Amino acid sequence: MINTIDPVISTKDLTIKFGKFIAVNKVSFQVKTGEIFGLLGPNGSGKTTIIKALCGLITHATGEGKILGLDIHKDSFKIKKRIGYMSQKFSLYEELTVNENLDFYAGIYHMKKDQIKLRKPEVLELTGLTPYLERRAGALSGGWKQRLALGCAIIHEPEVLFLDEPTAGIDPVARRALWDLLFKLSANGITIFVTTHYMDEAERCRRVGYIYLSNLIAVGTVDELRTLPEVSPVGSTRLEILSSSPSEALSFIKDLPYVWESTIFGQSIHILCEKTQSSSKLKEDLETAGFTNLVINPIRPSLEDIFVTLTNNITNNISLLGGTKL
Amino acid sequence: MSENYLFSGLIPVFKKEILQILRDPTTLFFALFIPIFEMVLLGVAVDTNVRQIKTVVYDLAKTQESHLLIERYINSDDFNVVARVNSDKELYDKIVAGEAKVGIKIPEDYSRALQKGINTSVLLLVDGSESNVTSEAVNVSSAITLQESLKRIVAKSPGVVESRHKVLFNPSTRSANFFIPGLVAVVLQMMLIALISFSLVKERERGTLENLYLAPISPLGLMVGKMLPYGILGFFELCWILLVMRYAFDVPIHGSVILLLIFSIPFILTILGMGLIISTKARTQSEAMQMAMSTLLPAIFLSGYIFSLDNMPKIFWLISRFIPTTYYIDTLRGIILRGAGFNHLWVNGAVMLVMGLVMLLLASLRFRQSNV
Repeated sequence: MINTIDPVISTKDLTIKFGKFIAVNKVSFQVKTGEIFGLLGPNGSGKTTIIKALCGLITHATGEGKILGLDIHKDSFKIKKRIGYMSQKFSLYEELTVNENLDFYAGIYHMKKDQIKLRKPEVLELTGLTPYLERRAGALSGGWKQRLALGCAIIHEPEVLFLDEPTAGIDPVARRALWDLLFKLSANGITIFVTTHYMDEAERCRRVGYIYLSNLIAVGTVDELRTLPEVSPVGSTRLEILSSSPSEALSFIKDLPYVWESTIFGQSIHILCEKTQSSSKLKEDLETAGFTNLVINPIRPSLEDIFVTLTNNITNNISLLGGTKL
Repeated sequence: MSENYLFSGLIPVFKKEILQILRDPTTLFFALFIPIFEMVLLGVAVDTNVRQIKTVVYDLAKTQESHLLIERYINSDDFNVVARVNSDKELYDKIVAGEAKVGIKIPEDYSRALQKGINTSVLLLVDGSESNVTSEAVNVSSAITLQESLKRIVAKSPGVVESRHKVLFNPSTRSANFFIPGLVAVVLQMMLIALISFSLVKERERGTLENLYLAPISPLGLMVGKMLPYGILGFFELCWILLVMRYAFDVPIHGSVILLLIFSIPFILTILGMGLIISTKARTQSEAMQMAMSTLLPAIFLSGYIFSLDNMPKIFWLISRFIPTTYYIDTLRGIILRGAGFNHLWVNGAVMLVMGLVMLLLASLRFRQSNV
């Protein structure tokens, strides 16, 4: 069984610079044993850089970083043996068969022949790759390639698994299948660190960190994030509005003085507004403007709401600070 | 766990690389067919160049014997008389102008001397700027005059004709055979640099390199694991090229084949090191290809492969000392053409070995630093 070292991953003021560009700015967070931790953020925000630094690929990182109690600056070789990594590119040798790819990855992780013999059937069963054992990796479809990539990443029984945008570019069925696999692994005690820019994937994570412009803005469970004062300011409420012609309604709502934020969400409009203005006032205003079929309900902020609010806060703060260019 | 930290990862990388080479038909094709294709192309080109050499004749004797001699030259198919002139200056000018590569001057007393049984000679002026032409012209001319002399001896007329040659513009001449041993080096270099740098850049493009860096393997293990299979492939390729050289192009190997193979090891090492350095710089396969080609230019022009090093300005000679191909071509020619042995060539071997180790060191340093 995996010995419990809590937290499995921890960083304090982790900073990575490339020349003058600060790719990761004083990032501090912790990940607990068996947890699925999601790092969410737009492209170029520093997600991949954090993974690379934690795995020992970036040697000039400053600040503290520990994985399984080992220092990322000093013990990267030891860390490498105990972690697994899967990138969005799948990273397979297309000329080699499924079996040979697994053997190769087992080999570079110093596994002995008898160890491989025991472990391989487990991985094959977990990933469902048994029927494709002798097929070349290049001949597999996207979803199966990804399963193989995952299989290669876990063949050496890592205690921590890093996944960098694992579902980029694969179909929804394969995506769900992958998440089912991740839950299985997590249930076995493997700690999973996953980056993504899909909101729905982030919601599957036990805890989420949101990184924006190299800064980690918020960390916590989705419920914790909902109650953040920046997300749900005192005296504010979130409402969902169903209305005829929602896009016209949106531009009308945007101009109302007591509405702080508004966005279209499918057929409905989500807004953040002053709590003192009851929904009846809003309904009245909309009806006066000629909108019909109105239904207004209070809602909890979705993850997207949370991140949009947090992002807006940052952007506003920066412009208040004198319009620093983003 | 009994793991060798210095070379950890070597064996799985080695096995994987072998499988990849065997599975990828283009690599094998590239490695085994293209060199032969090139050799045929260049070998045949070298051969056809020396037919029908444009020739200018200055016949002072203007006798039946001199006409007969000129006839022999023409019939040899090596010489194509494009002009007949009446002065030394004209003769020289035609060659300077490039209208002819060879000038044949028959002395005024040619027939008289022969009739008196005195030895005489024909002067052959040769444009040395194309060394293969030079040597062919000299050889054939000597053969023709020798034949003529032999005939006279058989006929019991004592006069002997001798071909004296004067090479213009490039006094050191080389035989056409000199090209093929040099070609062995150039082809080997081109193949190996391209193949090993491609194999690594392909890993970068596909993202597998990232996984290799993330795995607990040492840079040296990865490097050597990559180099060994290509080293072995290079060795097979060398043997294959030598076989074709020996039996298809009929270039005899005067020295020891074993020695040749042993001296090839440090060269292959150097070349693979260069390929690895390229692959740490190149981001894409086409970039790697360009870089590989750019290492080839000095290897062709400044290694003595085409242009003789003795006639180069000092600065180019100095540059040539830093090109591994220079030493390898010299070694190949030494063994194949002159039958040189270890005592003649050990300096070359030592220099190549040092270069190989330096390349290996540089490559492993760059491997450590390179960001994925």
